Amino acid sequence: MTRRIVVLTAGLSQPSSTRLLADRLADAVTAQIGARGESAQVEVIELRELAHDLATTMTTGGMPTPAVERARETVAGADALIAVTPVFAASYSGLFKMFVDVLEPESIAGTPVLVAATAGTARHQLVLDHALRPLFSYLRAAVVPSGVFAATDDFGGPGSAELGRRITRAAEEMAGAVVSAGVEGFAPAAARRRDRAEEPTDFADLLASLGQ
Amino acid sequence: MQFGIFSVGDVTPDPTTGRTPTEGERISAMTAYALKAEEVGLDVFATGEHHNPPFVPSAPTTHLAWIAAQTQDLLLSTSTTLITTTDPVRIAEDYAFLQHLSGGRVDLMMGRGNTGPVYPWFGKDIRQGIPLAVENYHLLRRLWREDVVDWQGKFRTPLQGFTSTPRPLDGTPPFVWHGSIRSTEIAEQAAYYGDGFFHNNIFWDMGHTAQMVNLYRRRFEHYGHGGADQAVVGLGGQVFMAGSEAEAKRAFRPYFDEAPVYGHGPSLEDFTRMTPLTVGTPEMVIERTLGFADAVGDYQRQLFLMDHAGLPTDVVLEQIEILGREVVPVLRREFEARRPAHVPSDPPTHRSLVAAGPDAPHHLVAPAAKADVATPSGDPATVSG
Repeated sequence: MTRRIVVLTAGLSQPSSTRLLADRLADAVTAQIGARGESAQVEVIELRELAHDLATTMTTGGMPTPAVERARETVAGADALIAVTPVFAASYSGLFKMFVDVLEPESIAGTPVLVAATAGTARHQLVLDHALRPLFSYLRAAVVPSGVFAATDDFGGPGSAELGRRITRAAEEMAGAVVSAGVEGFAPAAARRRDRAEEPTDFADLLASLGQ
Repeated sequence: MQFGIFSVGDVTPDPTTGRTPTEGERISAMTAYALKAEEVGLDVFATGEHHNPPFVPSAPTTHLAWIAAQTQDLLLSTSTTLITTTDPVRIAEDYAFLQHLSGGRVDLMMGRGNTGPVYPWFGKDIRQGIPLAVENYHLLRRLWREDVVDWQGKFRTPLQGFTSTPRPLDGTPPFVWHGSIRSTEIAEQAAYYGDGFFHNNIFWDMGHTAQMVNLYRRRFEHYGHGGADQAVVGLGGQVFMAGSEAEAKRAFRPYFDEAPVYGHGPSLEDFTRMTPLTVGTPEMVIERTLGFADAVGDYQRQLFLMDHAGLPTDVVLEQIEILGREVVPVLRREFEARRPAHVPSDPPTHRSLVAAGPDAPHHLVAPAAKADVATPSGDPATVSG
């Protein structure tokens, strides 16, 4: 079975180290899913391309633009998310958070998420655990145990081989979470989520819950 | 089909002069818009309800009664009545009183209100918004339909042997709409009771609006009130008109760019693409509005927001004049031409509800539940509550 891997990448420059890390993670996850006898289809959402649409959504009372709506649907339909942000002012970037802010609250509940971040210095590496992990915990996503942090040095210096090992370890965890989610008898998380417009709460039940 | 105007009642500075109208001026302007609506042949005037600045309409029934005294045919409505923070006993009494004063020219639209701090001012909690809307509205239906009510619930002090006065005019409660933008529970609520569903789509695209309306239609049929295409649907919309599109944009852009609800976000052009806002000729407004029925099906009520963005009173009066004289006559003709015979043109009115008689489903507290209630005769039509 083919798993839908959606990559959120919030880098701003072209090319960006954030996108480089995102692509390496996507390749590694695809390889690890392949090693478990399944295939993966990767879709990348470049949040930079949504910057104006996100601002528009924020200034129109939350009405999503068509591009934001498409991105939200892509994320809601994902079997797994790879979320990569540059570190700005000791946290995820504002652009990254704007996108998370427009997600429907339930849309990634239970979805495996691999968190990753880039920065100029390794002193920011705890951003994975003090910023990204709580954010996705709030959305009740299933964040895999290993996050991947890459400082500029990791792309070329003595630490670069070590970055490859961290990517592989996180990808193994991610692939394990994705493939186990589809064991016979268990629907993928995306299919479990109820479309409220298709299947509304029965009103008699609402009334009864209030004792009326 | 009913056409009309609805007002939010915001006090917004005129960005071209910097002048902010006084509350008194704003209230008088709203009255003038309602009178103008009747004069130019519109059917409905609906006022918002707010209890926080910069809005003035905190006492809708007082205002609507004043308008009723100066009009003959205009239907008076709300957009919306706060079912969450207003005691349903007061809604039952205030609107029944207004029915008597106006000769039955009343219906109302339930809404929850989305301003967090307003709730605690009235002893409520916004996180309970949906349960409040559900419990309060069910009590409101009972107060209008049962002469003596014994009631206990979660959010209000219990009632024992209570009679809401005056009783509804001709023993017939007003027709009710439920307004909601995103909450599927409210579409479900409207469907359950066979009430109207109004989607105030002024900040939403037609795709979303159609999704909400279709949910309501499907559930209206599910609850046995008629076919999905016979459900009672209302839509909002906002326009600014002039002899040419360029002239309309030139005149409206300074207001759009500075309005608290529009400005400093997307451009006028983007916003008109994303929402029903139409800035152009009357013909453009006609074409756009007729397109709504392609998205949501043939519907029964169209309300326009005309007094937005701090427009001055004389401009708004002129806009209502264009709407009533040039736009709505064509819309009436064209909407009727496309409407199948079995789809009602008008929403229920006091006259049609009285004509339907005391045994009509409108007089049941929960018409959808009637089939589940066992009766001695086994005839569900005889159950009254």
